[in-house]
Amino acid sequence: MGFIDDKEVEAPFVGDPMDRIDGRLKVTGTATYSAEYQLPEMAHAVLIGSTVAKGRIKSMDTKQAERAPGVLAVISHLNSPKVPGHINRDHPAEPPKIGQPLRVFYDDKIYFNDQPVAVVVADTLERARYAAGLIQVKYKEEPHQTDFNQNKQKADLPTQAKRNPKSGLADYTRGKEDAYATEAIKMEAEYVQPTEVHNPMELQAVIAHWEAPDRLTLYDKTQGVKSTQKTFAEEWNIPVENVKVVATFVGGAFGNALHNWPHETAAIIAAKKVNRPVKLMLTREQMFTMVGYRPHTWQKVGMSASADGQLTGITHEAIGQTSSYEEFTESTLQQSRMMYTCPNVTTRYRILPLDISTPIWMRGPGEATGAFALESALDEMAHQLKIDPLAFRLHNLPDKDPQNGKPWSTNYLRECMEMGAERIGWQERKMQPGSNREGEWLVGFGMGAGTFGANRRGAKAYAKLQPNGTILIQSATTDIGPGTGTAMVQIAADALGVQPDKIRFELGNSAFPDSPKQGGSSTINSVGSAVRAACLELKQKLQQLAAARSGTAFSAAKPEDISIADGSITLAGNRSASITYADLLKQNQGQDIEVLTTSEPGQEREKYSMYSFSVHFAKVHVHPVTGQVLVQKVVCCADAGTIINTKTAGNQMIGGAVGGIGMALVEDAVLDHRFGRYVTKDFASYHVPVHADIPPVEVAFVNKPDMIVDPIGTKGLGEIAIIGVAPAIANAVFNATGKRIRELPITPDKLV
Amino acid sequence: MEEQKANKEGQSEQPHNDTRRDFLKQSSLLTALVLTPPTVFNAAAARLDEKVAEKFEKVPVTLEINRVKQKLSVEPRVTLLDLLREQLNLTGTKKGCDYGQCGACTVHVDGVRVNSCLTFAVMLDGKKITTIEGLAEGDELHPMQQAFIKHDGFQCGYCTPGQIMSAVACVREGHANSEAEIREYMSGNICRCGAYPNIVKAIQEVKNGGQKV
Repeated sequence: MGFIDDKEVEAPFVGDPMDRIDGRLKVTGTATYSAEYQLPEMAHAVLIGSTVAKGRIKSMDTKQAERAPGVLAVISHLNSPKVPGHINRDHPAEPPKIGQPLRVFYDDKIYFNDQPVAVVVADTLERARYAAGLIQVKYKEEPHQTDFNQNKQKADLPTQAKRNPKSGLADYTRGKEDAYATEAIKMEAEYVQPTEVHNPMELQAVIAHWEAPDRLTLYDKTQGVKSTQKTFAEEWNIPVENVKVVATFVGGAFGNALHNWPHETAAIIAAKKVNRPVKLMLTREQMFTMVGYRPHTWQKVGMSASADGQLTGITHEAIGQTSSYEEFTESTLQQSRMMYTCPNVTTRYRILPLDISTPIWMRGPGEATGAFALESALDEMAHQLKIDPLAFRLHNLPDKDPQNGKPWSTNYLRECMEMGAERIGWQERKMQPGSNREGEWLVGFGMGAGTFGANRRGAKAYAKLQPNGTILIQSATTDIGPGTGTAMVQIAADALGVQPDKIRFELGNSAFPDSPKQGGSSTINSVGSAVRAACLELKQKLQQLAAARSGTAFSAAKPEDISIADGSITLAGNRSASITYADLLKQNQGQDIEVLTTSEPGQEREKYSMYSFSVHFAKVHVHPVTGQVLVQKVVCCADAGTIINTKTAGNQMIGGAVGGIGMALVEDAVLDHRFGRYVTKDFASYHVPVHADIPPVEVAFVNKPDMIVDPIGTKGLGEIAIIGVAPAIANAVFNATGKRIRELPITPDKLV
Repeated sequence: MEEQKANKEGQSEQPHNDTRRDFLKQSSLLTALVLTPPTVFNAAAARLDEKVAEKFEKVPVTLEINRVKQKLSVEPRVTLLDLLREQLNLTGTKKGCDYGQCGACTVHVDGVRVNSCLTFAVMLDGKKITTIEGLAEGDELHPMQQAFIKHDGFQCGYCTPGQIMSAVACVREGHANSEAEIREYMSGNICRCGAYPNIVKAIQEVKNGGQKV
């Protein structure tokens, strides 16, 4: 290939529906997930979980298991190598949580049912699994508390809120406290979000390999290779650089790989004990008990409005479940504080510790839970006022953040609502519930809006010009499915002015420059900004070297006129100005032409209120006899700033709609309180949406850049894709039937 | 609960297994005791046990996997899924549940889609197995693979091999005549990322494109 001039480069690439850079690997089965690395002498580990929810291990008979064929070790609290980080103090590795993660095999205490109590290591998976069944554990059982409703009165303020009254988790009042209660037109209702489980298709898996007594390599399912590296360096008291974490492909996570879990430590302990690499993959049942979940949350909303549809008061209370050993919190009430104009707002958030494992943020974490209550309540209020729920919302959209008075960086929620209403055919919605039919089916339309903070964190990226004219870029981010690598290539292609196929982007390795976890819809804002900055700096460096080597033509040129071609860099409109890479390298004293760039947010958060927004519309059919709900169409509109790739971003939005349909209609992790154990432990008992449940989903983006959040103009998409979907469906079901279901999921028994 | 499950599983294997194993362990133990210092003999005895035991426990089976005939010796309890992933390094076939509920492990056996996690390898003597790795013709992707890329029929990619194997079978079976029919006949393959509408589009394109699948 020869020179690439400006005409051949079809920039900008940002915005293109480009195919994924790793698509071929994924469709040919050659993408390597964490359990799929082949290491010599690798052993297999199987975890055994407790069968009681609280108490102590009285005895453990492992003799038969130890004698079973192929078994290399059976490890429990009785013989586990000491973990330096398992000391009796708060765990240092997880600042967002208070308390401490479960110290696996530390002592005989049981905190939840199916808590790992032993691990069997054998030379094959079958042998490990067989031997695991031979272990006999006896417990001294203590009474457990797993019933949310029975313990609700024990809910308390999170420690963070007690320590800091300004914390987002603390009680909040704007205007008059509980003002709705004394208003003439008001509603009050309770809503329940049951426990939901992330259940990504890839089971949580890790391969732990002690390459030396103080050097650990983990092939791990994680959303943060750097955070995982830090966690285990601290846990094993070894230098951070001695821990290597690889997560090149992550088979979905939805938040459950944001935390490090006991099974990871168990695999590391096992590898230490048998002095071989150890692979540990959880079973689907263990995915319900060992790697977090969206917590059961009770909510109450009180709302008042004037007769002409002006909100006058919102009180929103929530109690979310946590474990007995770790405080988990989420931003369940944030949307009620800032989404709509309302002079009087009160929020109260509490957590309830139970004898169950610790929850973890699940897609659109607290916001999706909170939006179910808030957006349902708005629908109830609109119905009472006899106002169209779309008009009611449009009437109460604020032009600045009502929580802090700051201007929005951008807020195109109104545009989202307008474009969505048109696409779903909102004008066909009947104000009177139960009055719309298509054949034997009742028809309903509903809507729900969502918001999530537009977060940007510091991140680093490395960029290097290779002798063949391609550019290598690295950053220690991960890709759990949104298409991170593809987006980064598009961003880099524009910043460098080269074709995307000239760029190789690498992620998922802790050896790469520091990058935050993939969570909170912040990857493109943070890492994308770093990639862009690194590319611009690399280009600047090339220009400087070229100018130093061959003089004024390059020094006077504008950066965008410089072309990075196969063997040399050239100037647009000046074919004679060309300098080979060999010469540039000489100019650089034979050093690689590379940059390591840090990109940090500025002071913008102090001046602006920064959020992504979405609105979802649903059309449902409800069968009047069977109560079956069939979603007919979903329209999802997002104001997420610049859309980097309309194909992958559209897919991400569709995925949020699917997740929201699951939340609204089928997902429910059910505990048997006699044992404190889930009876839903697989996909037969815990339902998730399948092909047959999902109608066409139409996605529309406002696609206007927000240059305040970051220099690419993005605001984040992953969370708002699901926030507001469940209430859209619940509201559509009400519109179809006149039945208001306030406890998810909306199963047929609740409608007949 | 766990204990009960374990005992149940144990019962079927224990009687004949344990007797033989105990005998082997004891005999090698006695020999070893006489000849070697304790630390060395433990490891050696264990290894000898396994070598002898392997001869008894494994069953010969001939499988044609992705057009290559393989003579294998496998334990009867090894599933096709674990054989592919753990012994043959064919990790394109995914484990998502082990209960036949998610479809991530879908492969073709004599052209029919099956859940490889519910299929013991020893049941397949003489059968032809196609996995995702065997779908393309060299570098030329199968039309279904191309369509999945074009329509972005995946996100994380973990359920993708199973979706594609199922999708190919769905078209071959004649169950891809409408969007509704595709959705029905693909419902054994869960995609938690929720790329379902894009998967349906990919299948429709292949079905309507008339290429040989």
